[in-house]
Amino acid sequence: MIGLLKRFGRPFRRELTLGPASKLIEVIFDLLTPLVVALMIDRGVGERNVGVLLAYGALLVGMALAGFASTLICQKMAARASQGLGTSMRDALFAHINSFSYVELDRFGTPSLITRITNDINQVQLAIALAIRQLTRFPLLAVGSMVAALLIDAKLGLIFLISTPLIGAIFWFVMARCIPYFKRMQRQLDQIGLVTREGLSGARVMRAFVREDYERERFCHTAVDQANTAIAVGRLSNVLNPATFLVMNLAVCAILWVGGIQVNVGALTQGQVMAFVNYMTQTLLAIVYVANLVVVFTKASASAGRIEEVLACEPSMCDAAERAGGDDTGSGCTAGAVGEAAPACETAPIGTASPTGTTSDVLSGGFDPSVPAIRLSGVSFAYPGSAEDAVHDVTFEVPRGGTLGVIGGTGSGKSTLVSLFPRLYDVARGSVEVFGRDVRAWPLGELRRAFGFVPQKVELVSGTIRSNLLWRDPLASDADLWRALKTAQAEDFARALPKGLDAPVEAGGKNFSGGQRQRLTIARALVGAPPLLIMDDSTSALDFKTDAALRRAIRMLSGADSSVTTVVVSQRVSSVRGADLICVMRHGRAVGVGTHEELMATCEVYREIAESQLYSDAAASAAEEGGAHA
Amino acid sequence: MPNPYASTAGASTITATVSGNDNLNDFRDSRGGGNSDRAQKPMGTAQVARRIFAYVRPHILLFVASFVCSALSVVLQLFVPILIGRAIDLIVSAGRVDMAALVPLLARLAATVLAAAALQWVQGVCVNRLSYITVCDLRIEAYDKLTRMPLSLIDRHPHGDYISRVVNDVDQVGDGLLQGLTQLFNGVVTVVATLAFMLATSAPMAIVVVLVTPFSVLAAGAMARFAGKSFTAQMSIQGELSAYVEEYVGAQRLVDAFAYGERAQEGFSSINRKLYAAGERAQFLSSLANPGTRFVNNCMYAVVAVVGFVGVVTGFPAVLTVGDVQVFLSYANQYTKPFNEISGVVTQIQGAFASARRVFALLDAPEDDMGEKPFDLDSNDGAAMDSARNSVVLHDDLAAALGASLQGGPKGDVVFDHVDFSYEPDHPLLQDICMHARPGMRMALVGPTGCGKTTLINLLLRFYDTDSGEILVDDRPIASYSRADLRRMFGMVLQESWLFEGTVRDIISYGRPDATREQVEEAARRARADAFIRALPDGYDTVLPENGGSLSQGQRQLLCIARVMLSDPAILLLDEATSSIDTRTEMQVQAAFDELMQERTSFVVAHRLSTIRNADCILVMRDGHIVERGTHDELLVAGGFYAELYSSQFAPAE
Repeated sequence: MIGLLKRFGRPFRRELTLGPASKLIEVIFDLLTPLVVALMIDRGVGERNVGVLLAYGALLVGMALAGFASTLICQKMAARASQGLGTSMRDALFAHINSFSYVELDRFGTPSLITRITNDINQVQLAIALAIRQLTRFPLLAVGSMVAALLIDAKLGLIFLISTPLIGAIFWFVMARCIPYFKRMQRQLDQIGLVTREGLSGARVMRAFVREDYERERFCHTAVDQANTAIAVGRLSNVLNPATFLVMNLAVCAILWVGGIQVNVGALTQGQVMAFVNYMTQTLLAIVYVANLVVVFTKASASAGRIEEVLACEPSMCDAAERAGGDDTGSGCTAGAVGEAAPACETAPIGTASPTGTTSDVLSGGFDPSVPAIRLSGVSFAYPGSAEDAVHDVTFEVPRGGTLGVIGGTGSGKSTLVSLFPRLYDVARGSVEVFGRDVRAWPLGELRRAFGFVPQKVELVSGTIRSNLLWRDPLASDADLWRALKTAQAEDFARALPKGLDAPVEAGGKNFSGGQRQRLTIARALVGAPPLLIMDDSTSALDFKTDAALRRAIRMLSGADSSVTTVVVSQRVSSVRGADLICVMRHGRAVGVGTHEELMATCEVYREIAESQLYSDAAASAAEEGGAHA
Repeated sequence: MPNPYASTAGASTITATVSGNDNLNDFRDSRGGGNSDRAQKPMGTAQVARRIFAYVRPHILLFVASFVCSALSVVLQLFVPILIGRAIDLIVSAGRVDMAALVPLLARLAATVLAAAALQWVQGVCVNRLSYITVCDLRIEAYDKLTRMPLSLIDRHPHGDYISRVVNDVDQVGDGLLQGLTQLFNGVVTVVATLAFMLATSAPMAIVVVLVTPFSVLAAGAMARFAGKSFTAQMSIQGELSAYVEEYVGAQRLVDAFAYGERAQEGFSSINRKLYAAGERAQFLSSLANPGTRFVNNCMYAVVAVVGFVGVVTGFPAVLTVGDVQVFLSYANQYTKPFNEISGVVTQIQGAFASARRVFALLDAPEDDMGEKPFDLDSNDGAAMDSARNSVVLHDDLAAALGASLQGGPKGDVVFDHVDFSYEPDHPLLQDICMHARPGMRMALVGPTGCGKTTLINLLLRFYDTDSGEILVDDRPIASYSRADLRRMFGMVLQESWLFEGTVRDIISYGRPDATREQVEEAARRARADAFIRALPDGYDTVLPENGGSLSQGQRQLLCIARVMLSDPAILLLDEATSSIDTRTEMQVQAAFDELMQERTSFVVAHRLSTIRNADCILVMRDGHIVERGTHDELLVAGGFYAELYSSQFAPAE
């Protein structure tokens, strides 16, 4: 919390000091009120002077007005500072998350990041506002009342010194005992949610096995457990209000008793006793508020911790452009030893890379065509915290304009492998070169814009078809967009939409069918004619006719001038069998690299995959046919 | 102090997809299954209140006790300032303090305070108990309903919404309604009792207080309205921002891959700036409520003090003592509090009523009738029964067949007789399905996705009822079995193999909870699951999480096979995995499937060539029809849709 204030509070220093300061004025007036009333009794009533009463009455109203005015300033300052801090924290957090590589995203997980940028910042924002508005008010009120009481009469002041800590102790005692219960209650409530979820997702199995009674009983147990905890905690937490009331009024009793004796001997006046009673009430109410604030601050400091954790997490990947100030040789980097994982902002030596061309050369094709589009040498990668390599020692080259197929089972490392090409992760060992240049030497934005990427997970954002298609190339013309849609086999349905490119897209593309969404994500990757295209298992929602047409259209792209290098990831032999090079992945290793025919002959894993899939013999015969024609 | 976690406990647990439909009305289509014709008007407030009260009635003692304690406690609490006032009047000045009267008075004060505190505690405990007992009852009933409602309602309504009803809404009813009601009641008692005490002390002063209070109430109300509007504006921008974050942080990988970061940041910052403007305004305005009422109260305090003390001095407008003024000063603050709190309480109660409506809508959802009505066919409702009624002729033979099948245990003979079915009335899914699987036959279902293969399974287990036509098992319409008896004849291994949190043993014995250790392990052995189970840390006693944890998809499927193996059904429904190519496990699954299918009638949604080839009959489905049937070789020779499918699946990539 303090850390966040230090980091973001500077521009709001004026608000942060002016706010509590103006609150102080109100508190002082609040503290003076019982004294004024005491004066009214002792001077006005005692001396039977109505004029004095009216004057003091006017003073009370004036104090209320001044107090209100100063509070207005305080509230304004609190609103400005807390919302302003919240706004700059949100901006910073969003920007920071934006700089995260896949490694950090994996570490935090999306839902957690979303909570942090919304709920957690709101909690901190609320706490800052309350701190400015109330943290000054209530402790000052409590302390001030005590000081005022002690100043009037030290003996009576003792009652304050005893009862105030007593209330604090009661709070501490009850809360300390309740909090474990609250936590347990929360866990049990989560459990109720879990059992309900299981009951819904397993409804078919539950009913098929006729186990409804059992599940009902299980739920019943969970619900009763939670209720019992809640009832137990109720007995305890309900002590707080009555106990505070009790202590407060018994203290008043004591004041009246001791006060009676003091007044009798002439050490005190009636008005002063009354002031004491009022101070007592004020103090103890203030303590109750402070206890409430403690709860808010406990939550907020947990939130602040979660925000700071994200901000403190340095992205593990650094941009060659930023690091070397746009110098594309990457020579500004500290070179690490070969074979070691590259630490945060250092790059392994780029021995084999001879960065001769600039990106624009690459994109316009004015680049040595003999240099492979993608070259992997001894590439290994492990997810953080995992002992095993997700990709282990993979080496191959894909020529410009060629097609690479990557096949393997779930979890075999296919997707991980191809996400190393646009440097979504940094390799642990070995190197990935794109157009002859180590990916770590590329300016990150330029490298990624060289790729058209169709991720496995179909994701569209809300907006229009146009706004979604402009992701890769914001300057693309409508003609470019239609061309991409056509290649992606999405032209027909897009043309049929009443608003065409301006047709609305709901969050996640929910207003399109699975197949349509998938074709739109393919079109999005094709806009602006990327020299490299990665399709990560991205035809799963297409029927086989569309799939075949798509494959044909993609082939056309790379065909004539070898302009597009394509990477296709799939579990289906049918999707990769036409590729120039197929990489067979298993447990993170490339167990076979070659063409379909070569692999059928030499790679057992590949053959097993092919045979385990329906109609594999048809594929084989088709392949033979193809061979015969050639 | 109220439980500081209570109000957030529900909300923070589950962020559910809240669909706007309180009533499950639009899900109550023709597929409702049971009594779908029950009247479904939105419930009136009085009706909701009556229904909630029905849950309170069994605990009426707690209910009455809490209200009595609340009333007594409030009255006693309000009596305290009067006693303090009287005490102050006994302390006039030096030498004029009546200690003889003061001490007993203070003793009375202490006793009153003690009694008030004790009653307040009892009241709190009673309300708490009452509300959680009610919550628990409602929750159990709601879950009960979930296990009884037709599967169509579960399939077609977001699960998050159901979970939210069971968890959050039920909590709201307890928290908001019961606790809110007592708060409201407390408030009313406070106002009435304060008025009474003030009138008893001094009628003219009471009138002064009553005349000035509207200012405080009006000021608070105006401020709340003022802030409310800007608050709504803030909430809507906050919602916009959350949606943006949800989308873009959710798609952060995409943002990375497309180097879209700067543009995403621009979009975020512009919403963020709007949020600042709205948030600053809303927060400032809403933060005025407290100081505003405090200001008005302070002014009132001044007015009461001046008028009161003038009364002490001059006897006009009332003859008062200093102690009386002290009483009025403390009442002046107390009296307005319930008014200011009422709007909050009313909002809370309204929210609770909305939640109660959502919970009751769930409780009113139709149910599958689970009862066994073997001969009483005519009393059943639903479309399936209409068709059953139309073919009465069958029933005479049926009765005979029935007796036979009941004695010999299920044989596994399955007939689809002109079955039509659709999930939505205007989108027919299955049309005129006829087939006959004799005991022990292997039926393979083949066809493109969405052609209705899984729906056959839904119909066989009566998760859904047919629109017309009939399904017979062992020559008896399935509707004539109780759902439980019918389902016990079937074993099912689906692709998304459902596991729950529990030990491996619990999972396997799910269908036969009384199975012995040996039987469980024998089933696992036959399902080829024994080896990997023994390799788990605690063997059969390893606790697996809800999603199966580290088990591979194939291993999860082996567990499901063992589960079915143990329950030993007559008929099998299998859904083959499409894309798992962990070959070793795959082979084991295959072998286990083969063993399972021995001497059982089986329906397999098939993806693997070997399964299809070994089938006794392949049913080729397309657009809800069975377009071809026969063995693999027969169908290839026929050169129809199956042959086309067979070759086109692996069309050469030209």
